[in-house]
Amino acid sequence: MSAEVSTVEEGRFRSYLDYYLTRARTQIQSNFQYRVATYMWLVGMLAEPIVYLVVWTTIADQQGGSVQGITTGEFAAYYIVWTLVRNMNIVFTPYGWEWRIREGELSAALLRPLHPIHDDIAGFAGWKVVTIILWLPIAAVLWIAFDPSIDLRAAEIAAFCVAIWGAYLIRTMFLTSLGMVTFWTTRVSALFELAVGLELLLSGRLVPLPLMPAWAEDVANVLPFKWSFYFPIQTLVGDLSNRELLEGLGIQLLWIVALTGLFLVVWRFAIRRYSAVGN
Amino acid sequence: MRIGRLAWLFFKVGSLNELQYRANFFIQLLQSAVSVGVALVVLALVYAQTTELNGWSESELMIVLGIQILLGGVIRTTIQPNMQRLMEDVRDGKLDFALTKPEDSQVLVSIRNVQIWRAVDVIAGAAVLAYGIDGLDAGVGVGDVLLFLGLLLLGAVTIYCFWLVIATLAFWIVNVWEIIELFDGIYQAGRWPTSIFPGWLRFGVTFIFPLAFAITVPAEAITSRLEWSTVGIAVGFAVVLFAFTRWWWGFGLRRYSGASA
Repeated sequence: MSAEVSTVEEGRFRSYLDYYLTRARTQIQSNFQYRVATYMWLVGMLAEPIVYLVVWTTIADQQGGSVQGITTGEFAAYYIVWTLVRNMNIVFTPYGWEWRIREGELSAALLRPLHPIHDDIAGFAGWKVVTIILWLPIAAVLWIAFDPSIDLRAAEIAAFCVAIWGAYLIRTMFLTSLGMVTFWTTRVSALFELAVGLELLLSGRLVPLPLMPAWAEDVANVLPFKWSFYFPIQTLVGDLSNRELLEGLGIQLLWIVALTGLFLVVWRFAIRRYSAVGN
Repeated sequence: MRIGRLAWLFFKVGSLNELQYRANFFIQLLQSAVSVGVALVVLALVYAQTTELNGWSESELMIVLGIQILLGGVIRTTIQPNMQRLMEDVRDGKLDFALTKPEDSQVLVSIRNVQIWRAVDVIAGAAVLAYGIDGLDAGVGVGDVLLFLGLLLLGAVTIYCFWLVIATLAFWIVNVWEIIELFDGIYQAGRWPTSIFPGWLRFGVTFIFPLAFAITVPAEAITSRLEWSTVGIAVGFAVVLFAFTRWWWGFGLRRYSGASA
């Protein structure tokens, strides 16, 4: 009896895995066709970190080489790794849910024997693989142009490789939960803008968090934003001990579980309100 | 004169259309408030560490920020919607509708659309600008203000030309959606005086993407650090760019075949 249950479970797990791999693979093939578009998009996003980097480097130079103990080389390392983490943070937005519901696109997704969230996660994950590969030459150019100082250990690289996917899942589940609001309002932009404003300030996207006032850092510690942005960057450029790396990854896991739980609860109520508009 | 009347007419019709959707005004208000708030926090963080950035005080940088937001509002109210529609029309083969009208095509494609709620940013930018001017130690003379207004207008023309040059690329490259992302991304660099950038980047934001002429030069005028030679270069650059844009538009237009209309 128990043996039977475990084979059923195993089969289910295998078919999920199979679905994820296939969905990601087709997405990779599809995105690789639009390399020029992807590059334009990547270059457009470079402006933001380069500007911050130039500003903080200017200040550090004025003050003899560092701001709050962060040297120009460390700023360079921070904002170069920033570019990849920023890309990992781009996921299906509440605007996407708004469109899905308004156009009745969700109806088709609901007919499938699989929760629609799996399609989002797997598809965007495939796109991320393309982004990471195309990002490598950009990182090389930035490396030469800005001369970062970075001290890598094998454990840090390993933690970084896990943490960027943790960041991806935290942000996916956060924005998907926020997207559920569209089942009630059909317009989500006001709430979304506020959330993004808060996130900008408390994630480490504008400045490394130690440059914020101490109270802001305390607030950032108990919100998910830091764990999908500042922490993954720190795994690589910060001087974290193995213990700190593991603790950070643990907190990422907690946020993924908590936000997924929140999403699943809200989804049950939300989906009852759905009536296909359009289509 | 006729162009002015035509532009005003399009502006009026477009505004009336947008005024129906009043909820958008509040959403835009919130959006502007969040983005201005975040920008001010960044300024505060920078000036918590230093008293001047490359010779610019906090009030002076607030002036740069104000001009960037204000001009950004002008761009998103009038220039960007038109350029976006132009690129879409080329892709869909709908540009015929503009080309068959008995008016200059460049004028028509530049004035057809307006997104009036985006003008909230013009007001927000003006407020930040006024606050920055208020914090200056030295007063601002009438001459400075006139020069500033003239250079701001010139800056808007420069940005318009730059956008049209880019949008005209739609005649060769069909998928230009990412161009808007690219423009918005790089435009953010205008919040800082271009003198802080290292050589190759400064050249880029001056002559390739003319942020220096559009934002930094007017800011220099109002903070009394402008040299007359800079004014000369700005005027010369705008004239050359305008002439080039005119030629480039005609050149691109010859490639248009209206495939799917």
